[in-house]
Formats: sequence, C-alpha cells, structure tokens
Amino acid sequence: MQPDSIAPWPTAAERPGRTKAPDAPGLALAVLGALAMLAALAMVFLYAPRERTMGDVQRIFYFHVAAAWVGFAAFAVTCVASVAYLARRDARHDRLAHSSGEVGLAFMAMAVVTGSLWARPVWGVYWTWEPRLTISAVQLGVYLAYAMVRGLVEDPERGARFAAVYGILAFVTVPLSWFAIRWWRTIHPDIVTGGGGMGLTPPMVQTLLAAIVAFSILYLALVRARVRLEASAERLARLRLAVEEREEEMGRGR
Amino acid sequence: MTGARDLDGTLVAARGVVKRYGMRMALAGLDLTVAPGEAVALLGPNGAGKTTLLRILALLARPTAGEVRIGGLDPARRGDAIRRQIGYLSHRTLLYGDLSARQNLAFYARLYGLSEGPRRSAALLERVGLDGRGDDPVRTYSRGMQQRLAVARALLHAPRLLLFDEPYAGLDAAAAALLDGLLAEALASGCTLLMATHDLTRAQALCTRYVALERGRAVAEGAWEAMIADDRVAPPVAEGRP
Amino acid sequence: MTFLRQAWAIAAKDLAVEARTRELVTAMGVYAALGLLTFGLALDLRGDAARAAAPGVWWVIVALAGMLGLGRSLGHEREEGALDGLLLAPVDRGAILAGKALGNLITLLAVEAFLLPLCAAFLGVSLLDGDVLVVTCLGTVGYALGGTLVAAMAVHTRAQAVALPVLLLPVAAPVIVAAVQATGGLLEGGTLGEAGGWVRLLVVYDLVVGAAALWVFPAVVEE
Repeated sequence: MQPDSIAPWPTAAERPGRTKAPDAPGLALAVLGALAMLAALAMVFLYAPRERTMGDVQRIFYFHVAAAWVGFAAFAVTCVASVAYLARRDARHDRLAHSSGEVGLAFMAMAVVTGSLWARPVWGVYWTWEPRLTISAVQLGVYLAYAMVRGLVEDPERGARFAAVYGILAFVTVPLSWFAIRWWRTIHPDIVTGGGGMGLTPPMVQTLLAAIVAFSILYLALVRARVRLEASAERLARLRLAVEEREEEMGRGR
Repeated sequence: MTGARDLDGTLVAARGVVKRYGMRMALAGLDLTVAPGEAVALLGPNGAGKTTLLRILALLARPTAGEVRIGGLDPARRGDAIRRQIGYLSHRTLLYGDLSARQNLAFYARLYGLSEGPRRSAALLERVGLDGRGDDPVRTYSRGMQQRLAVARALLHAPRLLLFDEPYAGLDAAAAALLDGLLAEALASGCTLLMATHDLTRAQALCTRYVALERGRAVAEGAWEAMIADDRVAPPVAEGRP
Repeated sequence: MTFLRQAWAIAAKDLAVEARTRELVTAMGVYAALGLLTFGLALDLRGDAARAAAPGVWWVIVALAGMLGLGRSLGHEREEGALDGLLLAPVDRGAILAGKALGNLITLLAVEAFLLPLCAAFLGVSLLDGDVLVVTCLGTVGYALGGTLVAAMAVHTRAQAVALPVLLLPVAAPVIVAAVQATGGLLEGGTLGEAGGWVRLLVVYDLVVGAAALWVFPAVVEE
C-alpha cells in the first residue's frame, strides 16, 4: 500500500513558466456533448410528435427520463468505483466515485425539477406522490447524503472510506426502494395522475434515446473534468505540505 | 507465535512505516526492531509518534506505507493470531463504565475465548487489588483504580508482547509499584515489552534498551547506559522530563 | 461458530449495560410516547382516519425512536475508547457489527413491546395481531442492520445528531414503505399471504443489507 509521492517536486515538464497542455480528450467530449445536446433538442422540438393528451408540455419527458437514467447510471459507477476503492485503496477510484456521485446528484436534481415542472401543467400540482416522482425524491435524498458523508468526517482518508461504504449501501437499497414504491402505487393508483403510462411511438423512442445519448456524453465530459479537478487539488495540497516541511527543515538548520 | 518463532531474530519488525492522518504525518518512515524478551523504552516529546506507533503495532491502525511483522507474521493475513499475543494499554481505559470490574473482565475473557476466564479474572482482580470493589460500576472508580483494571484487562489473556502507552500516567505510588511488580514478573517469564513513557526513572529500572522518536522518525536508540551520554537523545528527553 | 459466540458476547454485553442503566429503553420509550401524543394532537386520529394512519404513525415513531437508540448504543463504544478494546481482540469485525446490531435489535423490540399496546390504545387499532408482529419483526431487523452500520459511521462525524438521520432515512426507505404497506394491508383484514410481496421485499432487504453491512464493516472501524 504505497502512498502517492510524499514530496512531489515539479518535474522538468511542469516547472513554473510552462503551462500544461490543454486536456484534448476532455475538450473533445465537451464539444461532442454540446453537439449531441443540440441534436437532441432539435429532435425533441422538431422530430418528436405532439403527444395526444398532454400536448407540447410532454416534451419535458425526454429530458426528465434521460436525466433520471443518467443519474442512476452515475450512481452505479459510484458504487462500482467504491467497491474497487475499498478493495484496492487506490485514490483514483475514490476520485471517480466522488465525481460520478456529484454529477449524478446534479442529474438527479434535474430529474426531480423537470418532473415537477411537468406535473404542474398536466396534473395541476407541482408534486404528487406518484411512483416516478417519489422514487426520484428518495434517490435525491440518497445522493445528497452521499455528497455529505465525506465532508462530515475530519480525516480525509476516513471520509473517502465512509463515502465508499455509503455509496455501496445506498446503491443496493435504491432498487429495493424502486420496487417498494412501484408496488405501493400499483395498489393505490394515483387519482390525480390516473396511474397510467404513455404509449411510446417509434419516433418518441428515438428521441428519448437521443436525449439519453446526449446526457451521457455530457456526463462523461463533466466527470472527466471533475476527476481532473480533484486530482489537481490533491496535488496542490501535497505540494503545499512538501514546501512547508522543507521550510521547517531549513529553518532548523539541518 | 509458538516457541519456534520466538527464536527468530526479531519479535517486532517495522520497516519504513509511514502513517498519515489527512495532511498530518504522524510517522514519517520509521524503522524499529524488538527482539523477544527485550524491554524497550519508547521515548520522545508529545507528538513524536509514540502513540501512533504503538497503535499500529497493536493492529489498531493500518500504516499508510511500510511493513510491519510481528513474530514474523503479516498483520494483514494473520491478524487474529497476532492479536492473541498482544497486550495493549493506552491513555484511555477501554472499559465500559456502566459495568462492574468483574463484568468487564468476563466480557474480555469471552472475546478472547479464554477457557479459564473466570479463574484468571478473579486472580488478576485480586492481584491489582480491586476484588473488594469488583462489583461496583467502573464509573465509580478513581482514575488510579481504573488504570489498574485496565492493566488487568491488558494482561488477562497472558499475552507475550506488551505494548504499553504511558502506563504510569495517573497512578499513585502504590499502584505504580504494583505495575512495576507485574511488569517485572511478565518480563521474567519471557514477555517482551515496548513501553512509551516520560518516566525515566521507572524506565531505567525495567528497560534494557531505548528508542527515541522525534517527528515521526526514530532518531536514536541503544542500550540504556549509553543514553545518558548520547547528545542526540538529550534534547527530546529533556522535553519529556516530568 | 466462533463468529456467533463472539457476536452474542457483544450483544450480551450491550444488554447487560442496558439492564444496569436502562438508559436507552427509557429515552426511546419516552421519546416514542411523546411522538405518539404529538401525532394525536396534530392529526385527527379518530375512527377510520386512525385506522388508515396507524401503520404510518407506528413506523415513523419506531424509526425516530430507533435512531435515538442507535446513536447512543454506538456512542457507548466511543467512551473511553471501548471500541479499541473490541478491535484489539481476535474478533471477526463482522461479528462486532452482528453483535451490535443484535443488541440494538433486541432493545428496539423491547421498546416496541411497550409501544404496541400504547399505540393500540391511542389509535384504537389492534397492532397485536400475530401477522402484524411478524412484519414488525422483519422490518425492525432490517432497520437495525442498516441503522447499526450507518450509526457506526455517524459517530465518527462532526455532527452525529444530523448525520444519522440524513444517512439512515434514505437507506431505510424500502423498509418503511414495505412495512407500512404490509401492516396496513393486514389491519384491513388481509392475510400474510396477500401481503406476501411486501414480506418478500422485507426479507430480501434484510438479507442484502445484512450481507453488504458485514462485508463493508471492517472498512468502517479501521483506522
């Protein structure tokens, strides 16, 4: 179990005065994501048919579902990275888990907000305890808790471990919540929403897929940027520590 | 750790041990060896890393880097075998205040799977002079009495390696003499002792060797008589003088 | 077998402490009773409304009182560094979790035994039905398992009182939903068979969370 270098003096390539090369893959992802979003927006507004009962407002559905799916997938990544971190204690796995969890939280929040905005014109209320909204609220609660665990613990290494533990525990309970809430609302169908789903025609399915693809690329771009940011922050903290230690040693005249 | 292993060169071997808590380096590459049957004093000012080292050797903490072997065994693989042989004492008593002394010892006896738990508990309670108050909640004990019970707890399972962190802190003269006796007995029966302490007089009486720590590293070590003459040791030891 | 022996030793120790001080059951019992009273004041719990609300009220009270007990139970191990004492011993880390969870479970069940008749009286619903008790036990087991793991983390945080509810409730959501729905179905005259889906969910939760907790617990207590 080796730590990252204790005294990471800058290498020749990194001396002050030189700037590092821009992150080409990250940039490519961001551009690709932007293009995919534009394409998805075009499909949502121009290609997808107008829904029979709800009208144009139904178009939020594509972003709502895409955000929820990507959010869930992000948390799956967090869970797997957490398992890897507990097994190997490699900081890279922790950074991935952390970043994916944060980005997933953002997508989940988006899912809840879009769901709420959709509910208002369709059902007349911003919120109702129908299965999809309820489960996304529970998931949001879980992701928020995950985001908080790390900060609540003094020691960063312990914080990373606890976050990993919670990432795993939370992820195994989310599907169980999903089942529970689904069955609950099957027994008590929502009067307000009528409890039914929508019939999806092929163009709608294609549009939904486009939205999911666009959000997924966005997710990859965001996670990559976040992981690199985290790595830089850790490197900075260690450099500071190394400088402090070296100053101390020089001060003591050894 | 049966007879054959005790004949190995070292009982405790630590190489390049690093322990980091967040940004704080508690141990910065420490090497240490202790031979079976030795009594070693661990010296150094507060914050030097004595407690951290003892915790790592007691398998209460994992090193950030470096290697530790106890009785030739790897803590990651043979942790439980090692734990059976370690007696650890720290600043905190590790006792349950709401339970009585007898209940505390009975509990630990069960955890260690001691076949003669009740007999050993009773014998130790008497040895540390607590059998009169054996049924009172530990919460009602004085600090000295609690420390005496903690010593009994540490020795309950007849460990071969004693890792004691400032055991004399908070003890009155009688209790300190009692501990002296217990440690002398243990050493006579072949136990190994690694004791962090600021009490040099007592250390001198019990220990044959010293290791001085400073800022997470071992800066000096040697036989006891040589310590007084060693300039490197003098400054940290002076800081630690009561 | 050693695993079970050690887990039972730890649970027995917790129960011995509780027997001496009665600290947890008193705190939880009073808190729950006051909660029940507050619900009675805040909601119109009469007749049919009471019957409809009863399962929810019951489980909310159990969950909140349970959290109180979980926090204190794990807090005991922090005093005087007693957890170190457990970690020093050649005890399987999973046995520590199992023992603490078992102790918490028994304590919580004891409090529920006190609360059930109280609830039955206040809400005019008989919660003392055999099938309801089965559901209650299954739900409490799941809550104790997840709760012990989460509480073991919460005690190491800066704000334990905040951390525990924030971390525990989202993870306990399946238990709450399933237990309330199953209890509700039973109170309306259903059979345990009809509530089978919920019961199965509770069992799956107990097994999955139990296994996960045993696997990750060493990472929680290590230093």
